[in-house]
Amino acid sequence: MELVVFICAAAMVLAGALGVVLRSNPVHAALSLVLTLFGIAVMFVSQHAEFLAAVQVVVYAGAIVVLFLFVIMLLGVDRAENLETEPLGIQRPLAIILGLGFVALLITAILKGRDALNMRGDGINVASDGDHDANIRQIARSIFTNYVVAFEVTSVLLIVAVVGTVVLARKRKSDKDLIGVAP
Amino acid sequence: MLNTVWLVPALPLTGFLLLVLFGRRLGEPKAGWFASAMCGSAFVVTLLVFLNMVSKTAEERSHVVKVFSWIPVGSLHVDLAFLADQLSITMALFITGIGTLIHLYAVGYMHGDAKFSKFFIYLNLFVFSMLMLVLGENLLVTFLGWEGVGTCSYFLISFWHTRDSAATAGKKAFVTNRVGDWGFMMAMFLAFGAVGTLSYGSINSAAHAGSISHVTATAIALMLFVGACGKSAQLPLYLWLPDAMEGPTPVSALIHAATMVTAGVFLMTRMNPVLAEAYHWAPTIIAVVGAATALFAATVAVAQNDIKKVLAYSTVSQLGYMFLAVGSGAYVAAIFHMVTHAFFKALLFLGSGSVIHGMHHEQDMRKMGALRVLMPITGFTFIIGWLAIAGVPPFAGFWSKDEILLYVFANNRALYVVGLITALLTAFYMTRQVIMVFFGEAKWKDQSEEHGAHGDFVPHESPKIMLLPLVVLAILSVGGGLLQLPFTKNLHFLEKWLEPIVAHGEAHIDGSWASNNKYLLMLVAIVVALSGIALAVGVYGKKKLPAIEPQILANAWNYDKGVSAFMGGPGRQSFEGVAWADAHVIDGAVRGTGLLVRQSSGIVRKIQSGYVRVYAAAIVIGVLAMLAWFMWRGVA
Amino acid sequence: MMLATIVPTSTWYLILGAILFGIGMVGVLVRRNPLIMFMSIELMLNAVNLTFVALSTKLTDINGQTAVFFVLVVAAAEVVVGLGIIVSIMRRRSEISVDDLSALKG
Repeated sequence: MELVVFICAAAMVLAGALGVVLRSNPVHAALSLVLTLFGIAVMFVSQHAEFLAAVQVVVYAGAIVVLFLFVIMLLGVDRAENLETEPLGIQRPLAIILGLGFVALLITAILKGRDALNMRGDGINVASDGDHDANIRQIARSIFTNYVVAFEVTSVLLIVAVVGTVVLARKRKSDKDLIGVAP
Repeated sequence: MLNTVWLVPALPLTGFLLLVLFGRRLGEPKAGWFASAMCGSAFVVTLLVFLNMVSKTAEERSHVVKVFSWIPVGSLHVDLAFLADQLSITMALFITGIGTLIHLYAVGYMHGDAKFSKFFIYLNLFVFSMLMLVLGENLLVTFLGWEGVGTCSYFLISFWHTRDSAATAGKKAFVTNRVGDWGFMMAMFLAFGAVGTLSYGSINSAAHAGSISHVTATAIALMLFVGACGKSAQLPLYLWLPDAMEGPTPVSALIHAATMVTAGVFLMTRMNPVLAEAYHWAPTIIAVVGAATALFAATVAVAQNDIKKVLAYSTVSQLGYMFLAVGSGAYVAAIFHMVTHAFFKALLFLGSGSVIHGMHHEQDMRKMGALRVLMPITGFTFIIGWLAIAGVPPFAGFWSKDEILLYVFANNRALYVVGLITALLTAFYMTRQVIMVFFGEAKWKDQSEEHGAHGDFVPHESPKIMLLPLVVLAILSVGGGLLQLPFTKNLHFLEKWLEPIVAHGEAHIDGSWASNNKYLLMLVAIVVALSGIALAVGVYGKKKLPAIEPQILANAWNYDKGVSAFMGGPGRQSFEGVAWADAHVIDGAVRGTGLLVRQSSGIVRKIQSGYVRVYAAAIVIGVLAMLAWFMWRGVA
Repeated sequence: MMLATIVPTSTWYLILGAILFGIGMVGVLVRRNPLIMFMSIELMLNAVNLTFVALSTKLTDINGQTAVFFVLVVAAAEVVVGLGIIVSIMRRRSEISVDDLSALKG
């Protein structure tokens, strides 16, 4: 059963990823991204990380992708990129080589290190019929005891990010070029 | 008492500093008196040190007084220290003594000169430098004095610097000296490399002990001789001395007769153990150069018409004698001749200065004559000097020259013949000078219109302040021979005095043919001297024989022209070649490196294309490399 | 069926994460539209999240999942700021391409 789930989720993930990279229309790309995110969420569930799956859907697929779509709308929906040409000639072959090399190295590392991973942690509480919140509770305990400082800092980070973006995206009174880019 | 030897150079130094600050305010003649007093007190201190030294035994006479540690750098330790021993005190005695006499003379000679006090500033500085030279305990203090006297020589030669010839002569002296100084410096480097120190005591004992190899000792000795050639005007580098006559006469007397030019002989004597350790041909080279210089200069002096130029070439010639002595191992004889030469040459120069003064600055001998009547004291003392230099007994010059010739005969017959010929010529040209100046017809009577339109021009005797040193020096020229009379060993005062210094290098000729027949050789020397005088009287006095004064001799065998041509032609080309190499090869390497960096950076900077994707690709490449490396590490 | 007995191990998830990461990386290098590049970066972040969770399961350590939590938060903040920047730069243009921002070339 898990195998089927895995294969379906993997197919979703890969299809979405390829869609993001290969579609010229940005809206199509954004929708492919949603597909990927859903696939990832499914995989989270199959590994008993339910809380994260929920957060993934709500935050990533629900907020971030929406944000992307808003910006696409702002900048023009029909601004499709011309995928035929590539001004930097070497970039595509180089990217493919690098990508393949990278993946090969990583897979080699994974396969080689397979036996080195031994059980060592304190155990993961899995949600069961009697205890629906086991996973959430465990993550919460971890965050609010071990990582409470990081938690506080990330809250500050969120505020800073929001304020900064509001300042950044303001339209200036004068219309002069803020960043000297080639037209 | 010996501890106060530092006072001896300190007094003229004080004189120099005070005159720099207050000289112009003191003015004439107080500045002159003050300078003379400083020099005189240095003489008094030297005399006291000398007397103290005499009262000690031979082993105790050498004393080092350290003033301060001058250069303590790594393995090089050089102190500013003075070595008071028999040789240096002897030198200091006649430097300060004759120096004081010349200071007094200069008060009279420089009367009316606008730069009166400045003259004495330089004179005191000179005496200070010369004393540092002879009293130094190591090569570096001597070198300090060496350079100092060279500088003062430059200042004093070009004292009347508004005259082009004087300025040029000063520069010529300095530059030629510099060439010699290169030799001195090389010798210092070699000595330091061989022995690890520059102190005379250490170097000489190392030479005694045989720990300096023959090659190194030869190199050191020959390099020092190069320096000595520059300073003491020997053959390749003599050409500054005749031109140095542009300076005022007291300068010529002090620097270019009595003291500075003897520095080279002093240096060779000081380092005689090193010379003794060198190969046999090294002293021979020195002797040959000395003899050749002596002969060369004597031939040139025969044809000179300037009263001071004759004496200048004569000095070069007598210095040649001294180096001939050094090369033959006769250090005592060289020092003896140095002392007597200081007496009579200073006397001759001061006398000529008196004549020039009395002739209202006329220096051409052809315009003088019959001056002994009008300038009796000058004439009388000059004649004494003449007899001394010609080698007529019982005057001082005869004894010292004879001593040298004795040792030369025992060493090398050919050089003895050269020395004898030079003695003949010396007697000849000095007699010629005396006759032209003091005897014969009074040729100045025709020139009366040229020397100012104030009626009859009559040469006059000089003021007493100028005559006093002449008299003192005349007395010394007569009695100076008493230092070392050859008759019995008991009378060899100078030899006994200097024996600890020169024991290693002194040649020993007791028992040789020359030593056994020294009276015969003495007779030969007397005959030669008298025949030289007779010849000159015949040519110039009685006018019975024709005067041979070829132009080539007057031009000093065209040596000056030869040097200029060489330096201007091949010399200049080689300099320009070196300059070209410096500009293109050395500078080119430096500039080339900069150029290389710039060009390579011009190529490398194209990586910064400005495209974000290229940068991202670069990052990925780096990550890939790191990942691969870590994996390879983990696997291996 | 034999297939039913095959259980996907952590290694499979890890390999999938690696492939996803690679695809995202290629996307960043090849695409010129800044928004698409950003989305590719999100792909890479998701691959990392997947890896974290897989290892957390394998090592039975909850810290892996905590890490994913924080990654999600930071990714959200980063997207906000990044899109703000893209908007402010690209607002006035007709054709958007990252290649136009090449004023800092050497």
